Amino acid sequence: MADIVLDKVSKEFPDGTTAVRDVDLEIADGEFVILVGPSGCGKSTTLNMIAGLEDISSGELRIAGQRVNDKAPRDRDIAMVFQSYALYPNMTVRENMAFPLRLAKLDKETIDRKVEEAAKVLELTPLLDRKPANLSGGQRQRVAMGRAIVRQPKAFLMDEPLSNLDAKLRVQMRTVVSRLQKQLGTTTVYVTHDQTEAMTLGDRVVIMRGGAVQQVGPPQELYDHPNNLFVAGFIGSPSMNFLTATVEEGTLRTALGDVPIGDRIRRELERADAPRELILGIRPEHFEDAELIDEETRRRGMEFTAPVDIVESMGSDKYVYLSVEGERATSAELEELAADAGAADFSGAGSNLVTRLSAESSVTEGEDRRVWFNLEKIHLFDPSDGRNLTLHEGRLTEFPGSPA
Amino acid sequence: MADTTTKAKVRWGLLDVAVVVFALTPVLWIMSLSFKTPATLTDGKFIPREWTLENYRTIFVTDQFVRALVNSIGIALIATTIAVVLGAMAAYAISRLDFPGKRALVGVSLLIAMFPQVSLVSPLFEIERQLGLFDTWPGLILPYITFALPLAIYTLSAFFKQIPWDLEKAAKMDGATQGQAFRRVIAPLAAPGLFTTAILVFIFCWNDFLFAISLTSTERSRTVPVALSFFTGASQFEDPTGAICAAAVVITIPIILFVLFFQRRIVSGLTSGAVKG
Repeated sequence: MADIVLDKVSKEFPDGTTAVRDVDLEIADGEFVILVGPSGCGKSTTLNMIAGLEDISSGELRIAGQRVNDKAPRDRDIAMVFQSYALYPNMTVRENMAFPLRLAKLDKETIDRKVEEAAKVLELTPLLDRKPANLSGGQRQRVAMGRAIVRQPKAFLMDEPLSNLDAKLRVQMRTVVSRLQKQLGTTTVYVTHDQTEAMTLGDRVVIMRGGAVQQVGPPQELYDHPNNLFVAGFIGSPSMNFLTATVEEGTLRTALGDVPIGDRIRRELERADAPRELILGIRPEHFEDAELIDEETRRRGMEFTAPVDIVESMGSDKYVYLSVEGERATSAELEELAADAGAADFSGAGSNLVTRLSAESSVTEGEDRRVWFNLEKIHLFDPSDGRNLTLHEGRLTEFPGSPA
Repeated sequence: MADTTTKAKVRWGLLDVAVVVFALTPVLWIMSLSFKTPATLTDGKFIPREWTLENYRTIFVTDQFVRALVNSIGIALIATTIAVVLGAMAAYAISRLDFPGKRALVGVSLLIAMFPQVSLVSPLFEIERQLGLFDTWPGLILPYITFALPLAIYTLSAFFKQIPWDLEKAAKMDGATQGQAFRRVIAPLAAPGLFTTAILVFIFCWNDFLFAISLTSTERSRTVPVALSFFTGASQFEDPTGAICAAAVVITIPIILFVLFFQRRIVSGLTSGAVKG
């Protein structure tokens, strides 16, 4: 067990592209850190550099206080679980799990004992003499985990270990991974592109984009206080709504009407030297059916009327899509997010607002509905560089850095 | 449905029989000739009227054939082993690494494979005489390796490319050196490829006549195909057809054994279960 420190680590490929740029990250002993971002953001490259499968172009990587830049993977004493599982097909489950121990030249008894132990933890005991070809996807995944935990390494690296499982099994394995990590207390770096996994698994989440770290923090903090437009749009499902907004005479002119600017936001806008054109961000759950709001709550927000496009009843809530006139918010970050979601070419006139209303709401498709939203929870972003202009004071200095 | 499948089976069955008959008739003919007496040799009957083992006895009486058989087996086995080992390492590098001159290397090896061997025989003859390799085992093993290597590299790199790279990374993470990863993970998975290549190279060495006749002069290193051509009958007016046929039958036996032995190890789908999808 050990801490892992990335000190201005960069990766440049021979063709000149920079995959990872100046990543600073301190992972404490026993911490579970998630690297998350859209494909091509450099998260897997970062993981491979920690593993030693990719060279580090510049910067320093320290494991347990020791510089390991030039050490081969086998001298770093870390285990890795691959997305493809990478089980040795010519060996049985037992041999697969014993392989790292045999390479470490342990005696046969110790190997048998450790393999049995690991198999017990992962409930693989009845499968020990099977070949990987005769295992289901979930079983293979567990064998891959078993091979990693069997030799008690300093750290685990996991490269999208659950992405090949079907949805139900993935949720189940997520809890297995989480429990296992707590139980063993081993430092873990976990790469995923799935923001749900990132939110649910990690002690801290590192959001990457284009090879650079965007924000580091506990999941809730990233959700409540996104550093910039990219983080705001990436974290959360359904994702945050973005609207263009113009500052005029102390109000924000938006497609939802004139939004009054409170004192707090005014102060923050002034301090940030904000432009007049802004992007307004509101999370779906900060909307509510105006009929269901009591007087006191009503005062903390504002109301607007919009035609209801689609109602999706989830049982616990209703996802209501409202049609809103006016321009779509555009910025480089949002385009990248849309491209990652595969919706880059999906841009009609006006925009759809996703709202999450209580299940009691009597909203129906096609009608015009009065909807309230919470003014205290809105975010304002600078369209030119995507930074969040409404971060609470002091928030900006807390990352990236030491664990929470 | 059942009707069409039976029909299809019959059609395929007939086709298979036709192919097998076409391929095996000459072999059976040779076998038939090898059991005939000199008097009935040219009677044109497929099944010998008089059976004899005299032809087989003849070839094993003199040292000539046995010596050639030993030469053939030794030379072919050594050349095969070296070519497969070298080829495996080269193919592994070609399939895994991106190094300068990689395309040139592949191109040159292809070029060697295409080069007409007959045009190389005279220079090789001169070179080997100068180097003292003429009429020795290495004198045949070296050219065999040279011409078998391109073949080995080609077939093997195709096999290596099929092996997921993640396996090698996993082995490295599990604490293996590059060499250990190759020996304990990659090579066992490429075994079908290694055996296929071994068979092909062995057959090439075993069947070669051109180099064998040009680069040998005595029994010291003469291989079977050449020894056959030096067979003489009991008297100089007698045709040694029966003896040649018997020898031809004998020399097919090692190659059949070799193929059968390795064929059992060519199990397809050896990598299944390694990675998902």
